Amino acid sequence: MSTEAAAAPDRVAPRGIAILPLLKESFLTAIVALVLAIPLVGFRIVESNGTTGLATRFWWVGFAAGAVFLGRFALGIWRGAMPPRAVGGASWLDPVARFGRRHARIVALIGLVAALAWPALPFATRGIVDLAISVLIYVMLGWGLNVVVGLAGLLDLGYVAFYAVGAYSFAILASDFGLTFWEALPVSGLLAALAGVLLGFPVLRLRGDYLAIVTLGFGEIIHILLLNWGSLTRGPNGIGDIPRPGLFGLVFERRAPPGFTTFHDFLGVPFSPSQRVVFLYYVVLALALMVNLFTLRLRRLPIGRAWEALREDEIACRALGINPTNVKLSAFGIGAMLGGFAGAFFATRQGFISPESFTFTESATILAIVVLGGMGSQMGVVLAAILLVLLPELGRQFAEFRMLIFGAAMVLIMVWRPQGLLAHRAPSLRLGAPPR
Amino acid sequence: MNYLLQQLVNGIALGAIYGLIAIGYTMVYGIIGMINFAHGEIYMIGAFVALIAFMALGISGITYIPLALLLVLVIAMVFTAAYGWAVERVAYRPLRGSFRLAPLISAIGMSIFLQNYVQLLQGARVKTLQPVVHGGIALASGTFDVQVSYLQLFIVALTVILMAAFTYVIAATPLGRAQRAVEQDAVMAALLGVDVDRTISLTFLIGASLAAVAGVMVLLYYGVIDFFIGFEAGIKAFTAAVLGGIGSLPGAMLGGLLIGLIEALWSGYASVEYKDVMVFVVLVLVLIFRPSGLFGRPEVEKV
Repeated sequence: MSTEAAAAPDRVAPRGIAILPLLKESFLTAIVALVLAIPLVGFRIVESNGTTGLATRFWWVGFAAGAVFLGRFALGIWRGAMPPRAVGGASWLDPVARFGRRHARIVALIGLVAALAWPALPFATRGIVDLAISVLIYVMLGWGLNVVVGLAGLLDLGYVAFYAVGAYSFAILASDFGLTFWEALPVSGLLAALAGVLLGFPVLRLRGDYLAIVTLGFGEIIHILLLNWGSLTRGPNGIGDIPRPGLFGLVFERRAPPGFTTFHDFLGVPFSPSQRVVFLYYVVLALALMVNLFTLRLRRLPIGRAWEALREDEIACRALGINPTNVKLSAFGIGAMLGGFAGAFFATRQGFISPESFTFTESATILAIVVLGGMGSQMGVVLAAILLVLLPELGRQFAEFRMLIFGAAMVLIMVWRPQGLLAHRAPSLRLGAPPR
Repeated sequence: MNYLLQQLVNGIALGAIYGLIAIGYTMVYGIIGMINFAHGEIYMIGAFVALIAFMALGISGITYIPLALLLVLVIAMVFTAAYGWAVERVAYRPLRGSFRLAPLISAIGMSIFLQNYVQLLQGARVKTLQPVVHGGIALASGTFDVQVSYLQLFIVALTVILMAAFTYVIAATPLGRAQRAVEQDAVMAALLGVDVDRTISLTFLIGASLAAVAGVMVLLYYGVIDFFIGFEAGIKAFTAAVLGGIGSLPGAMLGGLLIGLIEALWSGYASVEYKDVMVFVVLVLVLIFRPSGLFGRPEVEKV
């Protein structure tokens, strides 16, 4: 290695390619792929007329092994041609992240203007605005979970529980007790926060991965409760006819219910169903901005500092007189509240909710958004939410492969860039850490 | 009384299955300190490979049941172990020394991937197998007959044999010694000439093949499998591992038995709908009151 390369460790010369060992390695990988593919790809269990039989498709196996061989070979060539890079090392995304951090205000302003103008853009059909609403719901959820995972460093695998509590609270309050959207929204958030505190209180003493599994358990418990507690949640049928939000008493319907005025009558414009969609879009945008400002402010308060300090070193925090349980509980409760708001909005937007919408997959999606975005980065969450909502939409014809690709992407992103797309903090100084 | 006895018998058979899966969790956690979230999926793959092997043997005309069972066990163990090895190689090994939660998130991704992989290849519908082992022994009769089926005996006996073999491997072979050394201190073990990568790979191989046996058992026991069985069983087995004290092998087996008994008794006497809730409640209670489990050593956190 020349002195010049040593002086600039980011620009080490390419390693060069040794073809023969690479061919051998690719061949071995293909053999493994062959073994893996034989039982599950090579045979298919088929049912016809009540009897089960086996069908074979061995050419798929050969195809899979060949693809793996070529893939491994190409990867080797690529790696050999590129400068070596340690896990979590530099990549082309770092300048992007740095630019985002340095000009955060400008980027945020551009994003805000784009978001405000979105429904007015010429290509914004009703479907596209609707898609933007989905993105914003996930952005909200991502920012909420970011408080728990990104700032406080508590891995929560059951965030969907609070999303569900918010949604069901809203649905029940609005349809059974007749509260309007703006009255029921804060109550749903508070109920979700209460659920967060109640569930969090006993378990927050636990260490990282234990906490993860327990929160996963909570998510499942809430799901089972939603399915079986029929008198409250109407079981698997779900709750329908959830009232839509209105704007200062104006409703977005073709014909006004008695005692109400419709939006289009009030303004004297013809009715169009996209009015409601655009209105919902601005509601969720306002909610999301509120969540964003709220969490950004919190980070500058002592409590936010305490979260980040606790994430970095719990023992040091304790030595400095921070009560870890209270600090964690506040993060858990606030995260739950934000999830509850998102749930309430989700309920009013869909008009129908059922336990189907609140499964572990949803928790995993939200977590993937936070992790993919780079834990703690607000901007990263937006990017990741756009990516994860749009990709399945763009590839509708690949609908059945959606979750397969999703899972593979989670693995690949962790392997390729464990700190997320836009890492918020530079990797701290590390002494040769044992692989534990 | 007889009803209770029957539920106990059922619970023990179920618990043996959970215990075998729990060993995979507890070994991996002991050696690299991560929750192998995809382990439940490995068990599910084991069950699918077993079903395919049964059908392939049926077509080949091997109908002598002990021989068929043995072949199916071997086939399922071999192929499933390959999956366990590949998962570690692809999703976990590149992440060693990364930040703590990275391998867990990678494992969740792997779990989602494997579930959908099997669903796409084999279809989402429930797969069934006709009962292979028939008959049983009547233990007590009266208003309610208590029966121990040969299948339940087979499950428990096989579990005991595997546990004995496994304990021997850990206690008295070079591989077991290497495993215990890596568990204590991976860097030091590497300095002293233990091949850490190889030891960890072998741990995943063993864990996956035990999960495959559990998969064969569950296929024989219930006769119904689908691509989603790994999620639930995985969480229950993890609970069992925690209950017994994570990192402890007898603990995992005992934890599995307890979880199986709790599940059988709860669904026998209380409600079937909430049996999974019960398992989670047990998990939370154990973690709150005895985080080191029944046999685990309390973990001391150092600065």
